[in-house]
Amino acid sequence: MDFELTQEQEAMKRMVKQFTRLEIAPYAAEWDEKGEFSRATFNYMSELGLAGMSIPEEYGGTELDNLTIALVLEEIAQGCAATATYLAVHNMVAGVIHKFGTVEQKLKWLPVMGSGKKLGAFCLTEPNAGSDAAGIQTTARAEGDYYVINGSKIYITSGGEAEVYVVVVKTGGKKKSAAISTFIVEKGTPGFTFGKTERKMGLNASPNRELVFQDCRIPKENILGSPGQGFKIAMTALESGRINIGSIAVGLAQAALDTAVQYAKERRQFGRPIAGFQGIQFMMADMATDIEAARGLVQRAAFLLDRRKYARTMVAMAKKFATDAAMRITTDAVQIMGGCGYIKEYPVERYMRAAKVLQILEGTNQIQRLIIAKDLLGW
Amino acid sequence: MKILVLMKQTFDTETKISLDANGKIDEAGVNFVVNPYCEFAVEEALRIKERLGAGEVTVLSVGPERAETSIRQCLAMGADKGVLVNTGGLEGGDEFTTAQIVAKAIEKVEYDIILAGFQAVDDGSAQVAPRVAELLGIPQVTVITKLELEDGKAIATREIDDGVEIIEVALPAIFTAQQGLAEPRYPSMKGIMQAKKKPMERYSLADLGLDAGLVGTDGAKVKIVELSLPTPRKGGKIVEGEPAEAAQKVVQLLRSEAKVI
Repeated sequence: MDFELTQEQEAMKRMVKQFTRLEIAPYAAEWDEKGEFSRATFNYMSELGLAGMSIPEEYGGTELDNLTIALVLEEIAQGCAATATYLAVHNMVAGVIHKFGTVEQKLKWLPVMGSGKKLGAFCLTEPNAGSDAAGIQTTARAEGDYYVINGSKIYITSGGEAEVYVVVVKTGGKKKSAAISTFIVEKGTPGFTFGKTERKMGLNASPNRELVFQDCRIPKENILGSPGQGFKIAMTALESGRINIGSIAVGLAQAALDTAVQYAKERRQFGRPIAGFQGIQFMMADMATDIEAARGLVQRAAFLLDRRKYARTMVAMAKKFATDAAMRITTDAVQIMGGCGYIKEYPVERYMRAAKVLQILEGTNQIQRLIIAKDLLGW
Repeated sequence: MKILVLMKQTFDTETKISLDANGKIDEAGVNFVVNPYCEFAVEEALRIKERLGAGEVTVLSVGPERAETSIRQCLAMGADKGVLVNTGGLEGGDEFTTAQIVAKAIEKVEYDIILAGFQAVDDGSAQVAPRVAELLGIPQVTVITKLELEDGKAIATREIDDGVEIIEVALPAIFTAQQGLAEPRYPSMKGIMQAKKKPMERYSLADLGLDAGLVGTDGAKVKIVELSLPTPRKGGKIVEGEPAEAAQKVVQLLRSEAKVI
């Protein structure tokens, strides 16, 4: 048992921390305000290898384990949770192509995704299917050398900006989950268009957009994995995705606490810094403890997943606990800072708005509880 | 072209320095980084190599074992080779003794040009590289912001009061970097992973034929008698009221309380 990071992990954390401090954090508020996705920032991150963390070396990546990716995302989320989120999704998409793709698919997509030339998006949610992932209604039917896709997807992270879309659709079959397949669809494919970009409460540097498929013909070789394997692929993607979201929650909470602590030491009321009051001290102590607990849980879940152990329950616990903690901690940070917490001069209101969606995406925290309970009950 | 960079590991400038029970700087909880001025030197070395399309960048550091992480950081940026002279346990050295160690270690390295930070952000003495140049008997140009190389010579721009000085010098020579020479790159993830596989030569003082006594307390020309932290600044005083009235009060206070006028 060893909780020490390796020298490499330390070096990566150090680099990403510095990069976040200088290249991300100063712009995060403006991106959020304007709803701006910064492709230049994604390109810069790609140059440094952050777009190829799930891609093996022979395809130009660094293939890091889930634990190391969690460390990286936690650092980026301290500057901008939205940037960390689309980067996480991109790496997750590259990861499933690496895991389930054919050699031809890997050769075609992985090098360009690792270099950042093509951004990835994962497309599962539909107007009538979110938590009930198996209930999707977008279909693909085989037609000669093609599949023809019809339907729509909503809330897709990087929708419109991304070039590579891994789309989960129904291909028919008796069992509900076995009837699902996964396809790689390129931006620009005829019949594939974008609907409205959502206006959101937060996380605005990462766009979420509707995708529309209207008799969209894609070559048969674009199926990812085998027909009927889509549900498994989606669940595999979500497992690493949930660790990513957990680590983003930890980073976000850490940033909120750091801001609140600094503020509490400087803000004077009743003749002394408010940090001198036990009421504030107790809040900060609870926040710090929750962050460490969340970090420990996320890292342990990543550790288990990296060892190909059964990790689904632990991953669900980590995602639920870390994101619930981030919601509490960012809310408390706003509370500690009072009026300054609520206004946009300070970053904590942005943190609080971002934290909310982390309890929802990549499987709501209610779904995570169901996963945990199912395991408990043996059902 | 063989480029040698002299690098010092220093405290992170954001570190809060404290003293331990023996009055020495407490290293617990301190973050150690590549001295920022040395980072400019490393970056310039990498750019020279990239411009020429060939060459080798070696990073040499004198310090305790922990200095390895900073050498690896330079290797992650793209340097080819590290040299660590491990002085762990050595006490009482100064710029004079450090320069002797560096000069001795350089005997083990091939070079056409040497780059270094013009000063370290910890003690800010700006002495080691110039001393090394003297010991090696080669020219030095300090505090440079630009460096151009031609056949066997270099043209360096250095900062002076109220302007710049442009100096032509024969190689080999030592150049020390000022901010502005080259904005350092971030090490890439791939660079970080490759760094651990890059060669690192290690020497002890004995390996270099140096007597630990003579490059430590006994050899040092400067002895540190005592270290103390700066006295914390007291909060200022704000004089309120109408501007004319307040100004009068300030003058009064400067005379009676601060006793500076």
